[in-house]
Amino acid sequence: MPLMEEKIMEDKDFGFGLSEEQSSMKDTVAKLIKSMVIGNPAHDMDEERKLHRDIIDKIWELGATVSMVPEEYGGYGMDYSPMMNAIFLEELAAGDMALAIAATLPSTFIYTILQMGTDEQKKKYLPLYCDPAYKTCTVAVNEPRFGFDAATLETKAAKNGEKYIINGKKCFVPMAKDSGHLLVAANADGKMDLFIVENGNPGLQIGEREKNLGLYALETYPVTLENCEVPADDRVGGDNGCDYGRFLQKTRIAMSAIGTGVSRASYEYAREYAKERVQFGEPIASRQAIAFMIAEMAYEVDAMRLMTWKATSALEAGREAKRESYLAKLYAGEMTMKLTDYGVQILGGHGFIRENPVERYYRNGRGITILEGMATV
Amino acid sequence: MINLEITQKMMDVKSGMNNMATGMLRPIARHYDEHEHEYPKELDMFRSIKIMSRPKKKKAGEEAKPEKPSAKKLGANLSMVIVIEEMCWGDLGLLLSLPNAGLGNAAIAAVATDEQMERFGEKWASMAITEPGSGSDSGSITARATLDGNEWVLDGEKIFVTCAERAEVAVIWATVDRSAGKAGIKSFVVEKGTPGFKLEKLEHKLGVRASDTGTYVLDECRIPKDNILGSAEVKQSTEGFKGAMKTFDNTRPLVASMALGVTRAALDFTREKIEESGVKLDYEKNPNNLSAMEKEFYLMEAHLEAMRLLTWRAAWMMDNGEFNNLEASMAKAKAGRYGTLICQKCCELLGPLGFSCENLAEKWMRDVKITDIFEGTGQIQHLIVARNVLGYSSKQLK
Repeated sequence: MPLMEEKIMEDKDFGFGLSEEQSSMKDTVAKLIKSMVIGNPAHDMDEERKLHRDIIDKIWELGATVSMVPEEYGGYGMDYSPMMNAIFLEELAAGDMALAIAATLPSTFIYTILQMGTDEQKKKYLPLYCDPAYKTCTVAVNEPRFGFDAATLETKAAKNGEKYIINGKKCFVPMAKDSGHLLVAANADGKMDLFIVENGNPGLQIGEREKNLGLYALETYPVTLENCEVPADDRVGGDNGCDYGRFLQKTRIAMSAIGTGVSRASYEYAREYAKERVQFGEPIASRQAIAFMIAEMAYEVDAMRLMTWKATSALEAGREAKRESYLAKLYAGEMTMKLTDYGVQILGGHGFIRENPVERYYRNGRGITILEGMATV
Repeated sequence: MINLEITQKMMDVKSGMNNMATGMLRPIARHYDEHEHEYPKELDMFRSIKIMSRPKKKKAGEEAKPEKPSAKKLGANLSMVIVIEEMCWGDLGLLLSLPNAGLGNAAIAAVATDEQMERFGEKWASMAITEPGSGSDSGSITARATLDGNEWVLDGEKIFVTCAERAEVAVIWATVDRSAGKAGIKSFVVEKGTPGFKLEKLEHKLGVRASDTGTYVLDECRIPKDNILGSAEVKQSTEGFKGAMKTFDNTRPLVASMALGVTRAALDFTREKIEESGVKLDYEKNPNNLSAMEKEFYLMEAHLEAMRLLTWRAAWMMDNGEFNNLEASMAKAKAGRYGTLICQKCCELLGPLGFSCENLAEKWMRDVKITDIFEGTGQIQHLIVARNVLGYSSKQLK
């Protein structure tokens, strides 16, 4: 059986070119990132272990998420476009991965409720976060155990009358402390699902802030759910639950878009460094050993982006993207590790020093294959 | 707009060609691998199909036909890379042996005058560039062309010529003025049977054995003065040579798509065997929880997808009239290298099935290697990509 077989939805033009709308959004974000993030701010946020709130607010003010929500829920009623989100995420991550996750964190909550929630859930929760001002809500998917797989969760949700009782441990929950609500992924009698849990629920304990290999600037927390009671109405999608597979597909695509951005940042920094760094009387970029690494970085960044776009195209066409999103994330994960390593290697000893950002890209990039559910398209 | 969903038109082209590859190429692939240099007579039916042609120029007074407004067109280059992938899924060696579709035909179709087109357009043309002392550095060729009255006199040796025996004419690259360097290099059409033009030998190769690769020797070979392709004038600049090199921007995505076809054949076969063994590839489990074999397979499939997207982008850009020197080399650099690695790895995963000539996997591993070599080795592609992204000249990055 050929590998390329795919279902056709409609005969739209095939093409690689950005639309006017896509390219103007990309330029706007790139400009903002260049002026507010790249260089000292990204470095400082990492050192201070703290994101600068004014930058998050600025990004939220662009309205990328809220614009795609219908007006009745507080949005601007534009068409939902996962492609726009993928482009948006790459640009943000090219500035800083911690920032990309934090600044789009409410999107995961918002889009999930919007696309898979019941009418009541939409009415109740969307207006809370579809606001011109950034308000934090988060997602708890990862679990602190060996062999963790987002598709088979150990956190359990058991139905008890009009309630679900959730038990389990979560980790890497971004900005949990400040979040009004958490979207908790749990196993409901064999079916993986998502539950809306209010911060303040007595069964929910948010632990001490975690210390991680990368994403120093992003606050993440362990969360324990102990006999955590949630109204049955807060199971996303109602009694039958939601399409959790689709939720995972979208988060996988988002992670590959972020991987593309981080790899691109490392590539661009290493490329410019190699042109300026003179050894043996000439720039190191004029040596094939270095130049070939740079060439490889160039085409692999493009390949990662195209893989992301390929999976996103399936979503745009209203199709499942199971295979495409799986391959895109697998590819982005492996390539981000390889390319961010190249970035450090090209800078040599200077790459190991925290003054240069390539060591940060190397640490952050390691997260692409590990972290689940932290962003969405 | 970005849309990478395969359209119905693309699907139609693909499935039509796949039927042909399955029915015609696969069944004879092993035979012509084992019978190197034997002419694949089954391919004669392709002789009448003009793959490398060009539209006839309009005669004076003839009215232009109105464009059909409705149907969406599938770009010629995108269509071509899909066709080539499918045919190479059938057999790469046989694709290279398609009559009248040689690189020489592409060169003639690109630059021949109407009069030359009349004389050579219907003939199978090989392309002779490489010499024993001049491989990737095609600017350093030493074959000479000297004008003597109404004739060019050609002297030199050309190696690694595809379709050397089967072609009816050869496009020979030679220098008219060595002191002029690249600017002095021109191409000439030499007809088989011309005195002084000899097929010296045919090579025995690692792969693509269905394709006849040979050596030409030119010894005071005299051809008519108007057998030169393009202008005979030696300009100060190297624009002419660069122009010739630019044709590679068009052919590199095609070579990349050859790698796609062979690689996909190897992966399809490997998938079949993996699934026969009871393993289900469901694109769901966390890669940490997969067996090494499953993870290798998924990764190879992802690389194939990346190869294809880079290739299709380069072809799509061509169809849209965009300059694609960088993207064409990116596609070939990735596809040639990873095609080779994947076909090797498939043999490894297949174990005894991958080492035995009972199956085609071992052949695909031999065949695909050429895609990282001809029309610019992988290393040359990396040089081109690096110079492009660094903004370096060939002097700044050797």
